[in-house]
Formats: sequence, C-alpha cells, structure tokens
Amino acid sequence: MEHLVIIGNGITGITTARYVRKQSGMRITIISNESKYFFSRTALMYVYMGHMKWENIKPYEDWFWKKNRLELIFAKATSINTDSKKVLLDNGEEISYDKLVIATGSHSNKFGWSGQDLKGVQGLYSKQDLELLEENTKNIRSAVIVGGGLIGIELAEMLHSRGIHVMFLVREKLYWNSILPDEEAAMVSRHILEHNMELKLGVELKEILADEKGRARAVVTSKGEEMPCQFVGLTPGVHPNIDLVKNSGIETGRGVLVNEFLETNICDVYAAGDCAEIKSNIEGDKNKVEQLWYTGKMQGKILAQNILGNKIKYDRGIWYNSAKFLDIEYQTYGFVSAAPRAGEENFYWEHSSGKICLRLVYKSDDRSVVGVNVFGIRLRHRLFESWIKEKKTIEYALENLHSANFDPEFYKKHEQEIIDKFNKENSGQKLILNRKMLSGIFS
Amino acid sequence: MNIIQIEPYKVYGHNKNLEFLKKLGLTTIGIGFLFFMISLTGVSNRQTLLFFFLSFGLLTAGSIFYFTIQIKEAPAGIKNNRIFFDALTSRKAIAWLLGIVLTGFYVLLYWFPETLQNLVNLVNPLSYTLRGTAADRWFLYGSFYTTAVIIMAIRMIAKYRHNRYQIIRSVSVSFFQLAFSFIIPGILVSLNKPEFYFNYFWPLKFQYLFPDEIKYLTSSGGALGYFMIFWGAAMFVIATPVLTYFFGKRWYCSWVCGCGGLAETAGDLFRQNSDKSLKAWKLERISIHSVLIFVVVTTSLLWINSASNGKVLGTVSQGFAEWYGFIIGALFSGIIGVGFYPIFGSRVWCRFGCPMAATLGMLQKYFSRFRITTNGGQCISCGNCSTYCEMGIDVKSYAQRGQNIIRSSCVGCGICAAVCPRGVLKLENLPREGKYNQVD
Repeated sequence: MEHLVIIGNGITGITTARYVRKQSGMRITIISNESKYFFSRTALMYVYMGHMKWENIKPYEDWFWKKNRLELIFAKATSINTDSKKVLLDNGEEISYDKLVIATGSHSNKFGWSGQDLKGVQGLYSKQDLELLEENTKNIRSAVIVGGGLIGIELAEMLHSRGIHVMFLVREKLYWNSILPDEEAAMVSRHILEHNMELKLGVELKEILADEKGRARAVVTSKGEEMPCQFVGLTPGVHPNIDLVKNSGIETGRGVLVNEFLETNICDVYAAGDCAEIKSNIEGDKNKVEQLWYTGKMQGKILAQNILGNKIKYDRGIWYNSAKFLDIEYQTYGFVSAAPRAGEENFYWEHSSGKICLRLVYKSDDRSVVGVNVFGIRLRHRLFESWIKEKKTIEYALENLHSANFDPEFYKKHEQEIIDKFNKENSGQKLILNRKMLSGIFS
Repeated sequence: MNIIQIEPYKVYGHNKNLEFLKKLGLTTIGIGFLFFMISLTGVSNRQTLLFFFLSFGLLTAGSIFYFTIQIKEAPAGIKNNRIFFDALTSRKAIAWLLGIVLTGFYVLLYWFPETLQNLVNLVNPLSYTLRGTAADRWFLYGSFYTTAVIIMAIRMIAKYRHNRYQIIRSVSVSFFQLAFSFIIPGILVSLNKPEFYFNYFWPLKFQYLFPDEIKYLTSSGGALGYFMIFWGAAMFVIATPVLTYFFGKRWYCSWVCGCGGLAETAGDLFRQNSDKSLKAWKLERISIHSVLIFVVVTTSLLWINSASNGKVLGTVSQGFAEWYGFIIGALFSGIIGVGFYPIFGSRVWCRFGCPMAATLGMLQKYFSRFRITTNGGQCISCGNCSTYCEMGIDVKSYAQRGQNIIRSSCVGCGICAAVCPRGVLKLENLPREGKYNQVD
C-alpha cells in the first residue's frame, strides 16, 4: 500500500490528509512534535483568555483519527533522505514514504534586536509559545508588544484579559496601516485606545534591556524612549519554517519552493501552507508565500488532488480574509490596497459610532467592484465573492447590499445610510436600496 | 513621518470607583441572602413585609446594580474572559457548592415542604396582593423562579448589549415568565378559577390533556375552563407546527418556555458545561424520544381507562401517570434539570428529557424553514460556537465544512453566532430548498 507521510499537523497537513482519505485508502501518517492532536492555531488566544480549554480548540474529537485511519506520530522529524525516501525522527525511528508532504508552518520573525532572546521576550505562534506565555506573564503588570498586525492585536487582547497593561510599538503611522487604508487603520487605532492600551505610532524597537536576572525589564524605542515592562511580545509577522529541508536537496527560497501543483523539485515531495513558496510562472511576478488559515486550508485541498494524481493548479481564487480587532470584526474580499491605486476609486462610509465602516473599491472605467473592507458588519462571503467574480458594478453592489448582509436578526441595518452617502457624493446617482433578497443566493 | 492624532471616543478601564461600586453591589446581594437565612428561623413572621423587602428586595436591587455597573468596565462585545478559570463557571468548588444548594432546595421543596414554611410566609404579602390567598410552597417556588429569570435576564442584556437578538429574546423570556407563569395564574386563583399556565401545553405540561384535568377544568372553570382546554389543544395542534415551520423550535424553547427562560438567563453562566461529545448526542436521541413515547403512552392509557370507566386498566394507568410525574417532573426536570446546572450545563432537561422539545425538534428538522447558515469559507475552527452551545451541539463540526447546521435539538438561542469571531454563523428562516447545502 502506498504510504503518504505528512510532516506537520496544522490546518494544511490535516486538510491534505482528510481529502486524500476521502478518495483513497492509502496509508497516511502525520508527524508533529507540537501537539499530539490537531488544534486550531487561531484559537490559541482563547485558551489563554479562559474562553475555552485545550480540549475545546481541537476541531475533531480524539476518536476521529483512528476511525479515519490517520496514524499520528508525536515526534520531531529531523531530516529527510529523498534518495531512500525516508524521514528520520528524533526518537531514532525511520519512516519510509512513497509520497511526502512538508507542511511545517512558520516561525515568528525576530529581526536581530539586541535583547530579543532574553527571558520574558517571545513571539506567539505555537502551542509551546502559549505555554511559555503562561510562564512569562505570571504576576506581571505591563507588557510591550512590538509589531502592529494580526498577531499583535490578539496578543494584546490576551494580556489585557489578564489585567496586564499593554503598550504597542507600531512602525506605521496607524495600526496595520501597511494593509489597511488610513480610515480603517485609524478606527482600529482608536479602538485600541478605547480599551485603555497605549499605542506608540511611528516608532520602532531599538533594544530590549535586561535586569540582573537576565529578564527583560524595559524596551528602548527608536526615539530613545525607555519603556519599563516585564514582558515583550514580538509580533512582526512570521516566516516559513524550513529548518527540516535544509541540506535535503529540496529547493528552498524564502520557503520550500513549489510549482503551482505544490510539487517541489524532488519527485513525490510536496509542500504547502505557511512553509511553501509558490513560484510564479508569470515573468516579473513575485513568488507567493501565503500564511493564513484559509490559504493553508485551500492549498491542502488542492494538494490532496495532486497527490491522488488529479493534477490541479493551485489558484486561491478571489482573496478573502477575516480578523477581529478586540470587539470589532473585520472581513475583506477581493483586493483593497492601503493606498489608492491608479484606475481605481474608493467609496467609504463610516458609522457615527466610529466602530462600523464599509469600503468598496471599484474600477474607474467599468465601475466593477474589485474589493471590500468591512468592519462591524457581517457580509455573505459567497455572494460577495460572486459579485467580484462577475464584475458587478459598485451601483449593483450598493443597491443589493441588503442581500449581502449577514448580521444576526434584529440588528440595525445601515444600508440606507450607506446608499444615501453614495448618492450624495456622486451627483446624478439615485440608487435605491433593494430590500428584497436576491433570489437563488441560498441554494 | 507624519503622525495622525487619534482620539478615542471613550476610554474604558478598571478603576477604584468601579471596584467599590461592584463590591457595594455584591454586599447588597450578600445581605439579601442573609435575610433569606434569617427568615428561615421564623423571626420574619412578625414583620413579613419588611423581611420580604430585605430579602427579595435587596437581592434583586444588588444584582441588577452589580450586573449593570459592569457595562462601564469595557466596551460592548463578547467577553468570555476567565470562564474556564473561575470556580463557579468551570465546575470547580463553588459550582459544586451551588449545585448542592440548588438540589437541596428541590429536595426540601418536593419532600420536606414544612422546612420552608417560614420562607413561604415571606411571600404572603405578595400572594395576598396577587392571588387574594395565602402563599404555598409552589408560589414561593414561582417567586424565586421569576425573580431569577428577571435578574439574570438583566445580566444577559448587559452582557450582550451589542446584540439586539439577545436583548429582545431576554425581554421575551422574562415577559412570558412574569406574565404567563406568574401574574396570570395568580389572577386566575384570585378569581377562583383553575390555575392555568397559558405558555405550557401538552406534551410538556402533559396533565393538560389528561382526562381528569379536563374534567376539572370544565367543571370548575366554566366557559374559561373550556377556553383553556381549547387553548392548550390549539397551541399543540395548530400553533406548534405553524410557528415551528416558520421560525424553528426557538419560537418556543428560547423565547416563550419557562424552563428555557431560566436556562437562557441564569443558565447562561453554565452553558459551556454541556457535553459536546458524539456519545452525548447518541444518548440524547435515545432518552428524549423515550420520554416522548412515555408521555404518549401515559396519555393514551388514561384515556382508554377513562373511556372504559376504569374497567380496562383499573388503577394501573393512574399509577403510571403518578410515577411519570415523579420521575420526569420532579427528578428529571427539577433536580437534574436545574439543580445540576453548574455541573452539566443549563439545558440537561431540554436536551435529554423534554417531550415538547422532542416534538418541536422533529418538526424543526424535517418541516421547518429554520437553519443556521454557514458563511462561505470563513470558519477558522476555533471552537467558540461548540463550546458555548448549551445544547451540546458540535457546531464547528458543521461550520468548518461549510455545512448548514440543521439539528433537532437546536433551540436557536443565537449564542453560537454571537461568539463567532469571524462572522460565520447566522440563524435564518429561508425557503426549505437549499436547507441542506453542499458540503466540500
């Protein structure tokens, strides 16, 4: 029987295994030294905050693996021999494979700051990081978080839930401003302040100072300011974890290099998820490293088909992502850039509460919607995606916004206010809100 | 670099004033409890009204103050911090203690009511005002129950103040508890009419279709008695299927029902303790349908017996009914259902025992427009939905596959959608085509 070995039991590795199992009886082994069972990485924060126990963040009950004949090995893979098709484990065991998937995920970025390896300084990515965080944040009063992104805001919420004072160091002029346009970034920044956290904008980390026990006691900013703290969270993003494949003959760049079928340069060896760098076949285009839960899941699904011999190119389709900034939910579909691009126009509406907003980006020429940012309102993913795919116009999207609303029942609707603003800004436009649901959107 | 100044509209946070006010609220609650204890000794019998206010009054005022003052602590949003650390909500010492106290109260109420006589006297002023007669233990129970629902509904509204579905639902269960299960039955008593609960019907209130009950209602209630029988029958035969078709079982279980009322308010503290395992689901399907069969059999037996003037079954059917009342009514819905809230979660009775829930569940699954829609590919399998499902449904097992959630046990409380951090879930009543969607 063919043996598929998957290194990494995150969302990518597990999705690959599940989809292969759906269509094939091949032997499947999954190796991880992070946790015995698959857990939801995005839910680590909730364990720290006491919203859930470890048991609750496992997407499948423990009987699932045996029932689906997915063999789990809790050990560290230390090297790969692609000639003899073997993976060596740290317990001395050797696992032979017919096909191998590398789905080793990411490491937290550290940019060589002085003091970055002190006690009380860490990133947040793995189960081990979470355990270290428990240790590092015992009985502390204040923390500095370096990096204004999606992990940073989660770490801030976590620490805040334990009554620890949070101070952010953010390089951009507003929170996550490298991705979010000014208005949205300002909204998030305001919301951070609303929670009584400190936000130092336009500031970088210079160094971390130690106390006599070798533990972080303060950070020094690029402006020379010294900020006392007992903990430093480093959250300036992640990079592919390729430790295992170094010296294995498998080609690497930033990540494990793969083609659009997620194949590496070595036959029968594949890579996907955070650790993979997908080579672009368009001249001048950058290779893609995608480090989201969603892209990991999509890549795993495609990879399964390629392993089964049904060659399919990986195409992530219309981009989407979601997050939650403390109390404000965020969804984005399509492409919204931080700064306006040529040939595109923006329509932006913000509620008077300063916590709800909607941005539609559309092409100037055919007025087709290319992207949406939405905060504090839930939208129907598949419907909006189809609008972008079918190049529906901004006018169509606005008039049918009611159909795209996914907020719970009885929530206040803002669609009329949004349309009124558009009509006001675009003289001559007299859009009328369609209060009926579009037919066929639920089938 | 050009730095944009950002001013928050408001800043929240802990401070000493808030801490003091919270302690003040808790102290008031504590004093209220103390006066319940003191009243047990009987000293309250001389000054009933005074002690009524010192016990019920202080408890209510203190709780409402304590729950609403917390609004000032943090902006509106899901704040389930520490739920799995705190002893009350994570099945630790205080949870067990509370479970024992609640269970003990039910034991006294059912089998040693004389021990509670002084507490019964405490609600005499209320009983005379409302019902024109002295209180009994069931009136005491009703007073406690209604107070708990209303206080905890206010807590619920404060906690979910950003969520209008939860606010309206909390108002609804409080209204039905207060009006339909407390005030109207009280007025009926004062008018010398049968004490009737218009928000309960067969098969939950199985007696309402028992021959003896019908005889009693028609003989002592006159025209009103006939209306009550008609009401109960119509609610079961017409309203139940029609409303369930349009809205799912939630129209009853999490908007009207009194058992649901307590579960949705006081029980919100314990919803995370329901068992989510596949094993529990299997047990649930066997037990809840067994109880339903039991009710149907009991009712049929009683009618057969009544029609044959007791010739066919003699006293067997009556014994059967009494036995059912004890096992199901007292043990299951009372002691396990409420007494064990802190250990098994708030919906043990509704999930494993309630015959009304079983009936509504079948309608919901096969004939209703209701489902919980999953939003495209946005699920991150975090598990919040499953954790906070009081019915123990593993919601995420559907959501992470992009599958709509169609489960007979779902009471439509909407908490899964509220706690979802990625906008994945929505309770919807839609055309039945497309109810079972494609799964990837």
